[in-house]
Amino acid sequence: MYQHTRLTTNRLGFFQKFRNFDYILLVCILLLGFISLATMYSTDGGEIKFHTKSHFTKLAVFTLMMLVMSFINIKYWFSIGYLAYVAVVGLLVGTYLFGITSSGSQRWINLYFINLQPSELMKIFIIVCLAKFFHRMKLENVNSIYTILTSLIIILLPMGLVIVQPDLGTAVLIAISGIAVLWFAGINYKYFIYTILGFIISLPFVIAFLKPYQKLRVLTFLNPDKDPLGAGYQIIQSKIAVGSGGIFGKGFLKGTQSYLEFLPEKHTDFIFTLFSEEFGFVGSAILLVIYAIIIYRIVAIGASSRSYFAKIFCYSFGAAIFVFITINMSMVLGLLPIVGSPLPIMSYGGSSMLATMIGFGIVMSARVHNQQLIA
Amino acid sequence: MFITGSLKFFIMIGIVSRLFFLQVKENKKYLTLSDKNRIREWKLAPVRGEFHDYFGNVIAGNFEAYQLHLIPEQVEDFRYVIYRLKDLLELSDNEFKKVLKKKNEIKPWETLIVSDNLSWQKFSKINNHLYDLNGVKPVISISRNYPFKENFTHLIGYVSQANQDDIESTQAIKKNFVPGLKVGKVGLEKTFEEKLIGTNDIERYEVNAYGRRISQLEFQKGEKGKTLRLTIDTEVQKLANELLKDKAGSICVMDIYTGAVIAMHSSPSFDPNLFVFGIGQDDWQLIRNDPMKPLVNKTLQGNYSPGSTIKPIVALSALENGIVNTSFTVRCTGKTEMYGQIYHCWKKKGHGYVSLRNAMKQSCDTYFYEVARKLGVDKLSETAKKFGLGEKVFGDLFDIEKKGLIPNTQWKKNALGKGWLLGETIITGIGQGYIQTTPIQLCLMTAQIANGGYKIYPHIVVDDKVKDQPIDKFTPLYKNSKNIKIVQDAIFGSTNEVMGTSYRSRIDNPKYQFAGKTGTAQVKKITEEERELDLKTFQIPYEQRDHALYVAFGPYKNPRYALSVIVEHGGNGSTTAAPMATKLFRLIIDRHKIRESLRNKKYLEI
Repeated sequence: MYQHTRLTTNRLGFFQKFRNFDYILLVCILLLGFISLATMYSTDGGEIKFHTKSHFTKLAVFTLMMLVMSFINIKYWFSIGYLAYVAVVGLLVGTYLFGITSSGSQRWINLYFINLQPSELMKIFIIVCLAKFFHRMKLENVNSIYTILTSLIIILLPMGLVIVQPDLGTAVLIAISGIAVLWFAGINYKYFIYTILGFIISLPFVIAFLKPYQKLRVLTFLNPDKDPLGAGYQIIQSKIAVGSGGIFGKGFLKGTQSYLEFLPEKHTDFIFTLFSEEFGFVGSAILLVIYAIIIYRIVAIGASSRSYFAKIFCYSFGAAIFVFITINMSMVLGLLPIVGSPLPIMSYGGSSMLATMIGFGIVMSARVHNQQLIA
Repeated sequence: MFITGSLKFFIMIGIVSRLFFLQVKENKKYLTLSDKNRIREWKLAPVRGEFHDYFGNVIAGNFEAYQLHLIPEQVEDFRYVIYRLKDLLELSDNEFKKVLKKKNEIKPWETLIVSDNLSWQKFSKINNHLYDLNGVKPVISISRNYPFKENFTHLIGYVSQANQDDIESTQAIKKNFVPGLKVGKVGLEKTFEEKLIGTNDIERYEVNAYGRRISQLEFQKGEKGKTLRLTIDTEVQKLANELLKDKAGSICVMDIYTGAVIAMHSSPSFDPNLFVFGIGQDDWQLIRNDPMKPLVNKTLQGNYSPGSTIKPIVALSALENGIVNTSFTVRCTGKTEMYGQIYHCWKKKGHGYVSLRNAMKQSCDTYFYEVARKLGVDKLSETAKKFGLGEKVFGDLFDIEKKGLIPNTQWKKNALGKGWLLGETIITGIGQGYIQTTPIQLCLMTAQIANGGYKIYPHIVVDDKVKDQPIDKFTPLYKNSKNIKIVQDAIFGSTNEVMGTSYRSRIDNPKYQFAGKTGTAQVKKITEEERELDLKTFQIPYEQRDHALYVAFGPYKNPRYALSVIVEHGGNGSTTAAPMATKLFRLIIDRHKIRESLRNKKYLEI
């Protein structure tokens, strides 16, 4: 009887799956996509130019991909967990060997039809991989040396490959994604505390190994006014843009800071600055609410999932998205040093969006197949 | 779950509060920063105030200069256009190189001034070829013009490109500075810089991060500089220039009651228009190396021995101090021996017995040796200083003005550390030795004798209201007004009576009749052999010839004007300088009526 029920609930028809969709999440994602398109249109100076077109194409393709992914059983995503991880590590190695160098770092790999930034994908696939690793693990094994060491290797391997690109920012984000999984998997709190203590103690040594430009970023963050036209330029101009937005903003397409090209990297890392300048405090708060709803839905989907893999993935993915958003916003608001992390969905950049959409796809699949148990 | 949830919540709150802090609380600060970022001001050169003469003639004005600008960025094929321009404008290789150099110094969207003062022919030629010269802009810009050329050069000065020193020393220049701004370099142009400069037109543009203009937001019209009206009469000034043509020297004319300067000219002069757009190397060398020193304003900077023109002051001082009276006589034999030294009179045969009036009339040196000896240099210098010698006439008006030198015993002790020699007193009595005066001082001295011995303050600018009239204006400079009359009468004799040194230059018509004193200042000591030779002026090398001086006032019956003439190395005062006074007085007195009719009117109504 029990078996029977399980079997029947496992086999979902197309329309049943459709009904199982999390429409709130979907609407929020589409809304975000629309907002990002409008902002991209503004960065192009109020015309449909390269960035707008390209962003639209990616958004359309990847949203469609996410929808397709939702219909595929969560079991399948579980099964390819390690494979995907290995594939992305392979891509990272490939990047290290034949990558494309631009502005001093080798982050891109040419896959003939698309230029890909594998480190962005790793942010998601490390979650998939670790979630699979901890799936159905006995509680007493979770804190065993073997488990911890293995998971550390899983995290450190891609980190190392990204650091050599060099791209410390993304490496840290990958680590955060991985650590989020460890956290939700139930690894003892004391390990985290030890790690944090160890990090603080080793900080001076880490600083000694930092590249000059990385040191400069940290110093600039601490005192941006020291060199307002050099290293501090981005932070200062970004703060000016956000601050001059006021409560209701300067209005759509009327952001002087970005329109007059005072803002650097306005398509990518600083997209929130532009949005905030044009739509003000109210607009930014609304954007934050949308993000909050998305994260809340991801966590709720995790809570309602029956499989441990889905639960861990959703919790960790939600936490990771949260951290990405926080870091990006703190950076443009002058609360953190410039680390070069995009704002999910909003920022221009295919790899980042692909990774985020894959994440949403798996979450959506978990939602659709929330009664699915994974052996 | 609870931990992560609440952590997320608090971090979210943190970001929102940061947004609130930046966008709501600090909004004003960032809004101004953002405006500062995007709004850039462009200042245009202000329109300079003009100089008018007493009758409203423009003596330093503005004209529309035809210029050629181009913005390198807007030119498709810069090489083609610039070579095409070189042909059309017939630029020399040197000028062409300068333009190319300038181009490399500016940003591609900044204006390159290819030519700043084109002739109308070339300007219209360019306009005809514009179809072919993309990005080239013919521009009409306001620039300085001196229509009377060399006539007013030393008085008004000239303008030229502002340099670093100008910007640092003058606040108004700093405030209104734009590249290419022309500012006064010497003369009144420099003195009244702050009044003349005006204020910039300001264009406010929205710019992008690279400083490129996006759109014009505002245009704020600047104010033209103040126009200054001078006391100068252009006609008299022109005559002065004409009289001194090809000579080195100075002429100044002054109203003896108001102190208004009617004319003030230093020769040789040069065309100030040459400096407005930067003087060429050739022209500059020509002016700089001229042995007659056109760059020196001789009226104010020239320290000359006054020669016999000092005699009225010597006589006055002696009368005032009761050393001599009108009946005091001296026998002149052509030379006299004092303190073991022989002093010569200019007249070898001597004048015989001379009284004060005759001595002044014939400019007898022996008489004045004796008077000076009795008077003493200290009393003489006191009177001389009272009448404006040894002191800057215009105060701070001209920074180049020299004080001259009125020596006394104290001065020699302080400056040279030596005691005064009696022989030095004697030559001071005929305006030689240490004594030095500028032409404007001599003019002022004469004016103050002519007006009956009252203090006046010379000025050049009419509208420049002397804020507090000096309290000692028109205070008597004499102890006894009779003494002034005696001196005036003696000077009258010198010009209008037979045997007078400037008798040949007299005008008998009482309307123009004037009184004047000649002067001949030696530039070197005359040796005994030279004295024996008794050379004519033209036989002596130019640099060794005497300076010719003349001071005069007129009309004699009711004097209004005083003048001083100095011709460097002109030989004799009575043959070179005095005839100029004749011509000047005819004109000055003719012009007097027109001037009077204008006294209380701003401009002549025609």
